[in-house]
Amino acid sequence: MNNWQILEYAAWALSFALGLYMLIDMVMTNHKYSEDLLTSSREGDIDDALVIDPPHQGGHL
Amino acid sequence: MSQATAVHGEKISLLRVLGPAHVWALGVGIVLVGEYMGWNFAVGKGGAIAALIACWAAGLLYTCVAMIDSEVTSTVAAAGGQYAQSKHIIGPLMAFNVGLYLVFAYTMLEAANAITLGYLVQTVGQMAGFAEAHDKPFIVLTIMFLAWLNYRGVYATLTVNLVLTAIAFIAVVVLFLGVKPWSTELLHHKEILNGLPYGWIGVLASLHFGLWYYLGIEGTCQAAEEVRSPARSLPLGTMTGIMTLLIAATMTWYLCSGLMPWEYLGQATTPLFDAARLTSSTPLMVLLFIGTMFSTLASANGCINDASRAWFSMGRDRYLPTWFGAVHPKNRTPFRSIVFLVPVALIFAYFAPLDQVITFSILSGLLEYTYMSIQVIFFRQKWPLDTIKRGYVHPFHPLPALVLLAICSTTYFAVFLGYGTQLVAMMVFFIVASLWFHFHRYKYVRRGDQFTMNWPRPVGY
Repeated sequence: MNNWQILEYAAWALSFALGLYMLIDMVMTNHKYSEDLLTSSREGDIDDALVIDPPHQGGHL
Repeated sequence: MSQATAVHGEKISLLRVLGPAHVWALGVGIVLVGEYMGWNFAVGKGGAIAALIACWAAGLLYTCVAMIDSEVTSTVAAAGGQYAQSKHIIGPLMAFNVGLYLVFAYTMLEAANAITLGYLVQTVGQMAGFAEAHDKPFIVLTIMFLAWLNYRGVYATLTVNLVLTAIAFIAVVVLFLGVKPWSTELLHHKEILNGLPYGWIGVLASLHFGLWYYLGIEGTCQAAEEVRSPARSLPLGTMTGIMTLLIAATMTWYLCSGLMPWEYLGQATTPLFDAARLTSSTPLMVLLFIGTMFSTLASANGCINDASRAWFSMGRDRYLPTWFGAVHPKNRTPFRSIVFLVPVALIFAYFAPLDQVITFSILSGLLEYTYMSIQVIFFRQKWPLDTIKRGYVHPFHPLPALVLLAICSTTYFAVFLGYGTQLVAMMVFFIVASLWFHFHRYKYVRRGDQFTMNWPRPVGY
């Protein structure tokens, strides 16, 4: 086995580890929190109002 | 910056941490790889002069896209970008189609970037004496690593993109200065340029790959729900982004067309790196190799960000199963959408040929731009300037919309010349998907909940 093959195996191993991390974390998160909470995001839930400053940013009322 | 859990009562939303520089990095990051490779196939279609005409025609198309996008997205500040815009302005069926265009365009582009990065690493391995070097481990690693980065948080993801994109852009500028554009020491335009070898039909055909100079700049508005000030950051990031790309595209064409004959340039894999090699400067070669790698990584990274936001938004509105509309309570990212799209990108990157992947990405983008030209005319008619707040108002309306529509129509013909089968196949796919949405999926959508903008009743309704 040459150095490049070691590098290729390392790439496969790292890919597998990252994929496994995401899968395990996703499963744990799905179990830890309720589905209602996880899917509670709503479009337009903006805490701060749109910042518009007509004289300086070309905004229009 | 900390991305600690912030659950407001019983709700979780995406995290508002981004500024205009992140928006710029998202848009330019996705696109800049097009300057490093891909644009030069336009040279093969019609010669270097045709590629310059295509560069500027596509530049005009994307300037219209950026202006229209800046106005609409500064008002519809929602993840999903053009998907959310079309939902509010035209209707659900158009929104579903636009959502699919977005996911296809970005996932295909991500796959194309991963293929390219794998090829570059494989080439390095072969140059180092390892003849049996493979590209597949590095294709998979690129997708998995960037998906993991996106999974962990948007601030780190787009800060990485900012650094990668800035270095890749600086590399183009340094190379431009390195070839001494004020002299004819290295550049030989007079001797090399040969007019239009295939006439004006060549110019038309080159439009197809002319889009590659800018494809993806519209992705800036996917960050709408994660920027601190959407009305300021989105127009600022998008407009500075298109200006950056216009400069980078013109510099790229000028230096490459002065260094390489069109017969070579038209089929080169990495034209900017080849240009650096022709200067015989080792620092420039190293810098442009780094720029090529970084631009590819930044593009794939931005594509994962954008595709997942579009998929997430469609899930949130029940256009797709609501399972996809979940936000991670700690990372505040659309984690299920990110994970779901990983195998999709892997399949395309592993099995599909690069030119097919690129063509499907271009076609999806083109369909999206066509819709944008129609949408902005509806937007101005239904909600004139004095009825709702806008963070930016694009000038000369409806001229940009009409110019955009005209250039899109011409480009369809250009794509048809080279990839007619794919164009027809894609149209058939979207027709079937639309029928599925209309007759099956739409009954699950909560019709009142999907329209969230606090806008007055449209004019004429």
